Amino acid sequence: MSRDANAPAAAGRPEPSDRDTGLPGLRSWRSVYVAVLGVFVVWIGLLTWLTNHYTP
Amino acid sequence: MNTLDYLVLLGVLLGIAAYGAWCTRGHRDLRSYVHGAKNTHWLTIGLSVMATQASAVTFLSTPGQGYESGLGFVQNYFGAPLALIVIAIVFLPIYRRLNVYTAYEYLGKRFDSKTRLLGAGLFLIQRGLGAGITIYAPAIVLSTVMGWRLDATIICSGLLVIGYTVSGGSAAVNLTQKYQIGVIFVGMIAAFFVLLTKLPADLRFGDALTVAGGFHKLEAVDFSLNPDRRYTVWTGLLGGMFLALSYFGTDQSQVQRYLTGASLRESRLGLMFNALFKIPMQFFILLLGVLVFVLYQFDRPPVFFNQTAWHRQVEQDSSGKLRALENDFNRAHDDKERDLKSWITARHAGNIAGAESAHDAALAANTRAEAARNETKTFLKTADPHVGANDSDYVFITFILGYLPHGLIGLLVAAFFAATFSSKAGELNALGSTTTVDIYRHIIKRDADDAHYVFASKCFTAMWGFAAIGFALFANLVENLIQATNIIGSIFYGVVLGLFLIAFFLKRIGGTAAFCAAVAAQALVFALYSTLNISYLWYNVIGCAACMLFGIILQLFLPRHTTLVEIPNAH
Repeated sequence: MSRDANAPAAAGRPEPSDRDTGLPGLRSWRSVYVAVLGVFVVWIGLLTWLTNHYTP
Repeated sequence: MNTLDYLVLLGVLLGIAAYGAWCTRGHRDLRSYVHGAKNTHWLTIGLSVMATQASAVTFLSTPGQGYESGLGFVQNYFGAPLALIVIAIVFLPIYRRLNVYTAYEYLGKRFDSKTRLLGAGLFLIQRGLGAGITIYAPAIVLSTVMGWRLDATIICSGLLVIGYTVSGGSAAVNLTQKYQIGVIFVGMIAAFFVLLTKLPADLRFGDALTVAGGFHKLEAVDFSLNPDRRYTVWTGLLGGMFLALSYFGTDQSQVQRYLTGASLRESRLGLMFNALFKIPMQFFILLLGVLVFVLYQFDRPPVFFNQTAWHRQVEQDSSGKLRALENDFNRAHDDKERDLKSWITARHAGNIAGAESAHDAALAANTRAEAARNETKTFLKTADPHVGANDSDYVFITFILGYLPHGLIGLLVAAFFAATFSSKAGELNALGSTTTVDIYRHIIKRDADDAHYVFASKCFTAMWGFAAIGFALFANLVENLIQATNIIGSIFYGVVLGLFLIAFFLKRIGGTAAFCAAVAAQALVFALYSTLNISYLWYNVIGCAACMLFGIILQLFLPRHTTLVEIPNAH
C-alpha cells in the first residue's frame, strides 16, 4: 500500500481548484447551488403548467 | 431483428467493452484500481453517476409507466436535486479530504471498526441481494420478446460485464459508462423522432398532447395532501430526498463514481450535472411512453403486450375466452379511434359542444377497452401464475420492434443492454471494492502489498458477478423479486443513512452508541415490517429517524465521545 488508509493523513489538506467553480458567470459554489435550485423551480413550474393546461 | 440489427448490437456492446478493457488494463495499485487515476472530468463523473442509477429497467419500464399512468411518476425524482446539493456541500468534501476508498471507511475513521463493518455489511447484503435483478429483469423481457434463451442471455451479458469490470476496475467502469450512456441517449432520442413521424399525418404535436391530456396522461404534478395518492409533489420531495440522500450519499456504487474526480470541483460538478438533468431525463422517458400511448390510440395495440405469453395461452385456451376478449378490446378500440378523430376535428372547427361529446364518447370506449384488457390480464395470470399481469414492461419494446427501422432496432436493444452493463458494472465494482477494503484488508489480511489487494479485489468483483448470474438464473418470479429487492433496499437504506447523518451532524455521539443505535433501529425496522402494512418507502424515513434518535438517547448513558478525526468544514 502506498499509504495507510486508516490514518487520517489527508484530513484537512486543501485540494486544488476547490473554491473556483470554473463556470462562466457562476464563480462561487453558492451561486451554482442557487442556479440548480432555480432550474428545479422552473421545472416544477413548467410541469405544473403542463398539468393544468392539458387536464380536461 | 435481422442481420443488420445483430451487427449493430454486437458491434456496439463488444466494441465498448473491449475499448474499456484495453484502455484501462494494467492497474497495479489498489487506489487506481478502486478510484481510477483520480483524473476524471466532471462530465464523465456526471454521466457515470447517471449510468449507474439508470439500469435497463429504467429505459424499458419507464416508457411503459408513462403509457399506463402518465407523467406522475416524475415526482418521485423531485427530491434528487435537493439531496445532491446536500451531498455536494456536506458528504463529498469529507469523503475527499479523508481520502477514503469506500464510504464505510469514513465510518471507521469517525466512529470505530465495528461501526464500519456494520455499514459495509448492510451495503453488501442489500446490494448483493439486488445484484441479480439488474441482469435478470431486462433479460426476461428481451429474451421473451426476441425468442432468445433466458439462461444464455443472462450468462453472456453477465460474463461480458465481469470481464471488463474485473480487468479495468473503476476506470473501465467510468470509461465504458460514458459511451454506454451515449448509446442510450442516441437510441432514445432516435426512437422519439421516429415516434413523431409515426403519428397520424394530420395530428399536430399539440393535438397529440391534447389527446394524452384527455386521458389524464399529462398530470405531472399533484399537490394533493391525500396520503392514499402514491405520487405527489410532497412524497416526491420528502421520500424522494431521503431515498436520494441514502442512495447517492452512502451507497458505495455511487460514492465510488464521484470519488474518481480529479478534484473536489470535478466531483461536485458531476453531482450538479445530475441535479440538473435527472428530472428532465425522467420526464423525457415518461413523455416517450405517453406519446407511444397516443400512437396506439390511432393504431390498434395488442390486447396484452407480452405477446409471447398471450399466444401461448391462446393455443391452450379451448374455451375461446381470450379470443372473445380480444374481439371486445378491438371493437372498443375502433370506436375510441373514431371518437378521437371526431374530437380533434371538432376542436379544430371550434365546435366546443361537439368536442366535449366526442371526448366523452372516447372516454367511454376507453373504459370498455380497459375492461377487456384487465380481464385478459386476470385470465392469463390465473392460467399461468408465472405470467406477470403487468405487461407495461413490454410496451416500449413492442413499439420498437413494430415501428423502428432495422439497424435502429439493433441500436435500441444495444441501448438496453448498455444500460444493464453500466449499472451492473457500477454495482460489481462497488461490491468488490467494499469486500476488499472494508472486510478483507481490514480484518483478514492487513499488511499485504498493493498487487495482492488488486488481485483480491478482482477476485471479489468476479465472485459477486458470478453470484449475480447464479441468482438471476434461479430467479423465476420476476414481479415478486423486483418488489423484494426494493423492499430489501428500503429496509436497510434508512439505517445506513442514519449512521452517516449521526457521523456528520451529531459529533458528540461515539461509535458504541452509533453501532448499538443502528442495530436497534434495524431490529425495529424488521419488527415493523413483519407487523405493519405500510408502504415500504416509509422504512427509509423510520430507519433513519430511529437510528439517530436511539443514538442520542444511548449516548446519554455512555462515556462522552471525542471525535477521532477532524471533520473538515464544508464549502
